[in-house]
Amino acid sequence: MESIIQIDQLTKRFPAGTGQFTALKNISLEFRKGEFTGFVGPSGSGKTTLLNIIGSLDTPTEGEVTVLGHSIAQLSHKQSAQLRNRHLGFIFQTYNLFPVYTVYENVEFALLLQHMPAAERRKAVLDALEWVGLTDKIDSKPAQLSGGEGQRVAIARAMVKQPAIMLADEPTANLDSKNSHHILQTMKQLNEELNTTFLFATHDEKVMAYLTRIISLEDGRVVKDDVIMMDNVMED
Amino acid sequence: MLAIQLAFKNISGAGFRTILNIAVLSFAFVVIIFYNGVLEGWNQQARRDTMEWEIGQGQLWVPGYDPLDYLSYQDAHGPIPETLKPQIAAGQLAPVLVAQASAFPQGRMQGVVLKGIDPGQKMLKIPTALLEGQEAEMPALVGKRMAQSIKVKEGDQLLLRWRDKNGAFDAREVTIAGIFDSNVPTIDGGQIWLPLERLQEMLGLPGEATLLVAGEGFTPFANAPWAFKDHDYLLADLDMIIQSKKGASGIVYGLLLVIALLAIFDTQVLSIFRRQKEIGTYIALGMTRWQVVRIFTVEGAAYSILAILLGAVYGAPLLWYLSKTGWAMPSASQDMGISIAEKIYPVFGAGLILATVLLVVLSATIVSFLPARKIAKLNPTDALKGKIQ
Repeated sequence: MESIIQIDQLTKRFPAGTGQFTALKNISLEFRKGEFTGFVGPSGSGKTTLLNIIGSLDTPTEGEVTVLGHSIAQLSHKQSAQLRNRHLGFIFQTYNLFPVYTVYENVEFALLLQHMPAAERRKAVLDALEWVGLTDKIDSKPAQLSGGEGQRVAIARAMVKQPAIMLADEPTANLDSKNSHHILQTMKQLNEELNTTFLFATHDEKVMAYLTRIISLEDGRVVKDDVIMMDNVMED
Repeated sequence: MLAIQLAFKNISGAGFRTILNIAVLSFAFVVIIFYNGVLEGWNQQARRDTMEWEIGQGQLWVPGYDPLDYLSYQDAHGPIPETLKPQIAAGQLAPVLVAQASAFPQGRMQGVVLKGIDPGQKMLKIPTALLEGQEAEMPALVGKRMAQSIKVKEGDQLLLRWRDKNGAFDAREVTIAGIFDSNVPTIDGGQIWLPLERLQEMLGLPGEATLLVAGEGFTPFANAPWAFKDHDYLLADLDMIIQSKKGASGIVYGLLLVIALLAIFDTQVLSIFRRQKEIGTYIALGMTRWQVVRIFTVEGAAYSILAILLGAVYGAPLLWYLSKTGWAMPSASQDMGISIAEKIYPVFGAGLILATVLLVVLSATIVSFLPARKIAKLNPTDALKGKIQ
């Protein structure tokens, strides 16, 4: 399978007080299309930082990160925005839905940025909402949704543009067990049917049970990189 | 287009905050238009009244006449030039003779200006017809300010003393034939109007005048024996007063606008602080930072557009009503020495409304842009975490 993300000797430092804090140290990884991979580790291990750099929301201090052939460090603001808009989907722990938009409008947002024609846009939004089972909620506002429904809207918003890579930062942290499995099954199905690459930052056991590759981080270093078979998916 | 769409969606979802901002800004918008409308109405009214009551379509002055120098009055007269007599006969020019005198109301002495005018003139609105057909030997007209100042009423006698062309003192009682009510103080305060021929006779200046008021149909010609003063010259002082009033009023409506804009500025600063995650999400979903800045800037501008629409809803009927019924001025304003009517009818021209709309939209856009610029410097990962202080 083709390699879509290459990380070579990545180091990321942040200013901290008078000195600097090293969040990631000499990380080298490669990801292929269709992976369902998770970065696991305790808080402060660098999971989210790594996800942010792959998502071009942040840049490396040292080393090289290439996503879909684009070197993250070399991208202008506009180019990185285009990369995110066209090829990357984000799912956040707190869903980050726009509170004043309806479910439909939240999902439609990414397509508006792509200037997709209205009819095509509507079909794509309704397909995405059907995928996550929320066609009956299209006119609801985020405040009227349960946690699980909110995260499903976030998944629909991320997948509606059919990105090559989905980046999910603790997607189940605010969900109960039943909703977590529902969300994970939806993402797994998406991964299998559309061959979308999923990268998670998590320390949730439920998520780990679905992953096909687990990369363990500790103090900004990769301490383990395990490829797992798919027959151990947990059922609630 | 997307920015406009999103901005309107955001402010419609902001609820009470939006209502408050729009209400304050619309109030400022209506008051600014009202203030300017009153000034414009006053300006137009004062110019119109001054033309109708005092200066006509312009004036021709005898050499040496200076209306602001009373000492010039003694010599500021001359025979009416032959070349201008046809226009006088045609009713295009009205001669006025000006002289200094003293009045003795209730035994006290007061300096006055005597003005002789043809009782049959139709050029000015001064009711000079009252000077005709009077039984009184010497009828006189005064304005309401003058009547109040010397405490006379219609039919009262008033002793006048003046110097004739040879400098000899003479005195006579005049009878107040009428008291006119004009908004123009410069034809009223300290002035007594007499029939032209009678004043010429009193001064020993038959056929002479100080100035000629031009009416409709008069065309100034080159090499006229007396200098023609046009509206720009004669209304210069009035225009200057209006301009200075505009400046003073500008401070008031500037303050109003600043208060309204501060509300928007505050809202935008608060929005950027409170909506960090939203900003981070916009960027994560593929917006550039400047696209997000544009959304927030358009949001501020949208407040002003909604404020203008709201202002139009309640302001249009209110201002229309005021423009029809007028705005009563306090009685003290009559003593200010400038043309102020008892009621000013505000004039709300398209130019005024358009300029105010542009001012409000532009300033609201600028004060929204200033805090929104901060977004361009945001680190999206910090924004997503809500870490920005």
